[in-house]
Amino acid sequence: MKDNKFEPKILGIFCNWCTYLAADLAGVSRMDYPSNIRIVRTMCSGRVDPQFVLWGFKNGADGILIGGCHPGDCHYIEGNYKTLRRYLILKRILREMGINEKRLRLEWISASEGEKLQRVVREFTEEIRNLGPISEDRAFKLQLAEHKK
Amino acid sequence: MAEKAKVAFYWCASCGGCEEAVVDLAEDILQVVDKAEIVFWPVAMDFKREDVESLKDEEILVTFINGAVRTSEQEEMVRLLRKKSKILIAFGSCAYTGGVPGLANSYSREEILSFYYKDGDTVFNPDNKRPTPHFIEGNFAFEIPEFYERVYAVDQVVDVDYYIPGCAPTRKVVKNSIDALFSSQIPPKGSVLGASSRSLCSECPLNETKPEKIYLKSFKRIDKSQPESDKCLLIQGYPCLGPVTRGGCEALCVKANYPCTGCFGPVDGVKDYGAKAISFLSSIIDSIDEKEIEKIIDEGLSNPLAIVYRYSLPKSLIFDTKIKKNGG
Repeated sequence: MKDNKFEPKILGIFCNWCTYLAADLAGVSRMDYPSNIRIVRTMCSGRVDPQFVLWGFKNGADGILIGGCHPGDCHYIEGNYKTLRRYLILKRILREMGINEKRLRLEWISASEGEKLQRVVREFTEEIRNLGPISEDRAFKLQLAEHKK
Repeated sequence: MAEKAKVAFYWCASCGGCEEAVVDLAEDILQVVDKAEIVFWPVAMDFKREDVESLKDEEILVTFINGAVRTSEQEEMVRLLRKKSKILIAFGSCAYTGGVPGLANSYSREEILSFYYKDGDTVFNPDNKRPTPHFIEGNFAFEIPEFYERVYAVDQVVDVDYYIPGCAPTRKVVKNSIDALFSSQIPPKGSVLGASSRSLCSECPLNETKPEKIYLKSFKRIDKSQPESDKCLLIQGYPCLGPVTRGGCEALCVKANYPCTGCFGPVDGVKDYGAKAISFLSSIIDSIDEKEIEKIIDEGLSNPLAIVYRYSLPKSLIFDTKIKKNGG
């Protein structure tokens, strides 16, 4: 931590066929992006169970970025459509639970879009940095308030 | 005559329906009374806290606790009963996964108190009085339990041996559980008693009419339309949670033309019921267009949190933490 500035922890869950390759491309092309992101690879964005996202937030992720193939490009035909629907419901649930829904983001990034990956990760990191730590959100404040007593 | 096994019942944040479920055993309860002596049951019999305190540790064989934990009094009693009991059972959805009272976790304590003592339309409270745990009026000192920041399921407060699901547990489930407890093969600790290990659909009478794949362009609401009684509620467009809910209730609600709301909780191996319900609901929406999906969700699933987490918000991964000992 430099100058006491808040450094968010970001979890990236990327699909094997598009977004993860985009991250590889960004790497070999020496495009730098914030090291706040920790990337996990799944075979498809459709593999991302809402439990993964909730578990991530519970265990200290301040933001979660799900990356999948563009609509119509899914290696498994329709996995990313399932992700989209899940994501849209999950966002509403997070809002009502008392977690800022902006902490969850879904992006379609294809294997050739290293630059988009760089831009999205930069943007997202900055956005989460401005939102502050997840412990400030109501759902976690509720629990911390109890534990401080 | 051999000494009878001691049994206790207690209620925390609950509606009383679980107590009804025990009374509903009707003549079956006589078998229990034959085998057991009830030492504590505030809702039905006149025992005091001192009666429990005077027992030896682990003297009670089984304690059934229903209701979630939100106040200091509930926490104290649950801890006391845990100490005095060999087996402690979380009875009903509230004790098992937090239940309907658990939905209060989507508000902070302050939001709840200011609504009920200040902002609510029917509230008249010019002095802005709030319940205070220690309170002196004239010569009298009063003490009321403290209202905690959030709701806990019983196993977030003390160690729980078994769970009996249901809102409220049906007569058959209660009877099965009691049989399981008195059987020669004691179930492993942490098991859910009395219910099935498969999802509700497997025992639903409408399961035959359920197709392999379900696609819905819109959800219907039970308060605005009436389902046909001979067709799977899902294909008719009602968000029935049967596919992700533990069976054992014999599809009571579905038989009464009401979609399953998930009171029996998750099937074995699932940590977060609501997350699975999200997955399930999103898998049956028939659209690949973001705007259209949003429209389907917002029109058909208003307040999705209360649909998927109706009985289990305190046990969702986000809220699943143990209470800090003494005073939340």
